[in-house]
Amino acid sequence: MSAMILKGARGLSGAPWFTSLVTVVLLVAMLGIGGAAYPGFLSLQVIFNLLIDNAYLVVIAIGMGFVILSGGIDLSVGSVLALSTMITAWLLQTAHWHPALAIVAVLVLGALFGACQGFIIHLFKLQPFIVTLAGMFLARGICYLISTESITIDQPFFAAVSQTQIPILGGFLSPGAVIALVVLLLAVWLAHFTAFGRAVYAVGGNEQSAAMMGLNVGATRVGVYALSGFCAALGGVLFSFYMLSGYGLHGQGIELDAIAAVVIGGTLLSGGYGYIAGALSGVLVLGAIQTLIAFDGTLSSWWTKIVIGGLLFVFCVVQRLMGGRRG
Amino acid sequence: MNTRVDPTLTKPAQAAGSLRTVLLQHPLLRPSAALLVLLLFDAFLVPGFFRLEIKDGHLYGALVDILNRAAPLMLAALGMTLVIATRGIDISVGAVVALSGTVAAMLIGGTMVMNNGAPEYVANTPMGTALAAAIGVALLCGLWNGVLVAGIKLQPIVATLILMVAGRGLAQLLTDGQIVTVYYQPYFFLGSGYLFGLPFSLYVVAAVFALTMLLMKKTALGLFIQAVGINPVAARLAGLRTATLLIFVYVFCSACAGMAGLLVTSNIKSADANNAGLLLELDAILAVTLGGTSLAGGKFSLVGSMIGALIIQTLTYTIYSLGVPPEVNMVVKAVVVFIVCMSQSSEFRQLTHKISKRRPA
Repeated sequence: MSAMILKGARGLSGAPWFTSLVTVVLLVAMLGIGGAAYPGFLSLQVIFNLLIDNAYLVVIAIGMGFVILSGGIDLSVGSVLALSTMITAWLLQTAHWHPALAIVAVLVLGALFGACQGFIIHLFKLQPFIVTLAGMFLARGICYLISTESITIDQPFFAAVSQTQIPILGGFLSPGAVIALVVLLLAVWLAHFTAFGRAVYAVGGNEQSAAMMGLNVGATRVGVYALSGFCAALGGVLFSFYMLSGYGLHGQGIELDAIAAVVIGGTLLSGGYGYIAGALSGVLVLGAIQTLIAFDGTLSSWWTKIVIGGLLFVFCVVQRLMGGRRG
Repeated sequence: MNTRVDPTLTKPAQAAGSLRTVLLQHPLLRPSAALLVLLLFDAFLVPGFFRLEIKDGHLYGALVDILNRAAPLMLAALGMTLVIATRGIDISVGAVVALSGTVAAMLIGGTMVMNNGAPEYVANTPMGTALAAAIGVALLCGLWNGVLVAGIKLQPIVATLILMVAGRGLAQLLTDGQIVTVYYQPYFFLGSGYLFGLPFSLYVVAAVFALTMLLMKKTALGLFIQAVGINPVAARLAGLRTATLLIFVYVFCSACAGMAGLLVTSNIKSADANNAGLLLELDAILAVTLGGTSLAGGKFSLVGSMIGALIIQTLTYTIYSLGVPPEVNMVVKAVVVFIVCMSQSSEFRQLTHKISKRRPA
């Protein structure tokens, strides 16, 4: 009997979606514990707030998910986010551009920035880690070239968007959260139902095999980093909706949160394996930790980092010992 | 410029061909040339850059300043070099700096005691114990990293990412996010004291550097580390205890970071868990890359990493002294990393080779 259970458990743990399942169970458990411990925790709005407060992180984690699936890593997302808030603020406040035009410009710039990184990584066969590290310095440096101070956005459209509440199921979502969900749906479609998505998985699984199969590895890689840059820029736009300011210090360390979210969401860091939708569950777990700690009130907020570190550890080890023997 | 290369390094000249080609192909040529160019640049732009003077028996001057400020980075770069040589990476260096600095500062602290009517500060814990505890914490961090990399076989960047996130959180938890100020005179000597006219921190760096050099050159350790970096599987099959070696390398790196943390806290007389050593891991990686050690592992150069650290600090100094906003520093650093990394890749060399061939035609 026990042997059967063990066998069943092993089959389950070997299943491809195992770590993703663990994350969802963890999320439900955390919400359950929160609901049991603190009155008012388990309201729909608290869960919606998780989405509203982390909309930008969901978008960035989606981009990061693609990069990690392709076997790379993008450390520049946090500073590209900061740069996007900065350029948005500057275009609106100083250059007085139309908001739509400013947003489009920022998104295009973000995608270009990412594409350049991908291009350098592919052309010179450099480690993604070091190239995006330099990109991280570059983007943050450019922020300070624009201004060392925070630029407040008082443009009417942005102010209106930041105040808008979209009623859903008795609660409400912010436009940012809705955009994040739409991006998530698009990303899932892109990853699982298009040629590009399959190429990303193939390149991440084994670059040489992918090249021998006739896939264009270079184009895929440039595309992946361009997508990540685009997502980071979109995250920046959402962030400026949320904060109504542009500042070079925005989003410090977000790249690590995004990587943590992707890992917790069940994507293997060695690439080629995982689900884009895991970005959402990963970010929600991170958000739930923060909310739990905030609800508790007695724990200092530094615990957030320690708990995230601990979770990262557990998930990496689980990946290692169970499904992910390929790393 | 060739004359700058240390003549003792030209030993393999007889084997490899003419002296000139050896000099031109020497791995330390580019980093030393870069440093030299920067220094020359400074000599023209910053008045009195090379002036050294003796005040109160201490040597003062821009050069001493650069060396002194580069000390924590040099220590971190030393440890990082060995980690990178094994194909690894340690991004928890900054967190370890914060953690060890915090532990030392909190243990020493300093309480005011009236001694014959004069206020005097006394350490809360004996300084030796506090320093040992701080280094001990750093060693534990390194052991943790090493076990994750060698034991559980996590990718190094992921394994150290955990400590990078959690370590700083731990340091912030210890201090409650506040800055811990130290009021104990002898502790300041470590980071801002002078010995024989030179900053004491330089002796610390020199000692660690000499020790590492000795270990790498006079024992087989350096060879083993290179072997692991070039081909871990082959190294293991050849009978090397790769796991032990990897753990040693990560412990060593953290120990260096821990010492850097002591220098930093002692220099600014306080421990700031939020900002101490922030982004130091990136600077250390940059220094190692600038020094000519490939991120792909294998061959490494400790001297190169030292030069790399000096290049970074000289760059920072130049930017400050030119009156350019310090924020530009990041842009410059980024551009330097791009250029150096690209020039290291063989694709880039082929490209330049083609271009230089085409030109005379």
